[in-house]
Amino acid sequence: MLGQKKPLVCQQIVELITDYLEGALPRSQRRRFEAHLADCEHCTEYLEQMRATIRLTGRLAREDLTPEMREEFTALYRRWREEGD
Amino acid sequence: MGLILAISAPYLYLRRSRPAEDEDGELVARVRAGEEQAFVLLVARHHASMLRLAGSFVSSDAVAEEVVQDTWMGVLRGIDGFAGRSSFKTWLLRILVNRARSTGVREHRSVAIGDAAPAVDRARFDASGAWMSPPQHWVEDSEDRLLAESLAGRIDATMKELPPRQREVVTLRDVDGLSGKEVCEVLEISEANQRVLLHRGRSHLRQALEDAVGS
Repeated sequence: MLGQKKPLVCQQIVELITDYLEGALPRSQRRRFEAHLADCEHCTEYLEQMRATIRLTGRLAREDLTPEMREEFTALYRRWREEGD
Repeated sequence: MGLILAISAPYLYLRRSRPAEDEDGELVARVRAGEEQAFVLLVARHHASMLRLAGSFVSSDAVAEEVVQDTWMGVLRGIDGFAGRSSFKTWLLRILVNRARSTGVREHRSVAIGDAAPAVDRARFDASGAWMSPPQHWVEDSEDRLLAESLAGRIDATMKELPPRQREVVTLRDVDGLSGKEVCEVLEISEANQRVLLHRGRSHLRQALEDAVGS
């Protein structure tokens, strides 16, 4: 394909970033991706921001089971046990 | 039920230091042996993930809770059929998704992979595709405890605005820690679609964080 060897531009980098993080880029594309990063502080910053986004999202958690929910699930378990009897 | 920021981040890492599947496997064995307490522990481990996932298929929290309860009853009835070929969590969430879909509330919803908006507004690049309005620095700031708390709220709110499929993939991957493969299995989507949905969802979240820190 024509233009296959052309360097990637920033606008392409931001669209390829997930494939890059997922290890889904073909080797030649990955090389062009990394060659761009080596030269572009803004895209390097962008990549760090994506990593930070993933990190911050991973810190979201929900409250534990409430005592009422524990009771509900205990009751559910007992109903199941009775089914088997 | 709102999302909260885990107060002690190191706890998260500690919790992950032991393979989650081992703990699940052990609890499943104890449930099979008739241990009630093990069942409640197993529920507690997965409740948040399940509610979150169910919530993206049905219209209300109450229905989501019903789907979760219904799923656990199905799990108990089928627990001897769990062969351990996939992780317990994947098996569990597959059952949940089937139940959620069969409630039919959003069965007609599009299976399209969501909006085709670019990861970053086109106006921020010049004609050659280079940054004109580059990303502002905020990564170091986001580690500040107070800011991190407000950012968590922002992530929570943005997550709710994402198209359901993006929300499901980002939640399963980045909150619940499933692998891409497991997400494909749970949601019955291709790896390529999984990546597109993940990309769009994460890109939305990154932009929301940039907006929040910049404001």
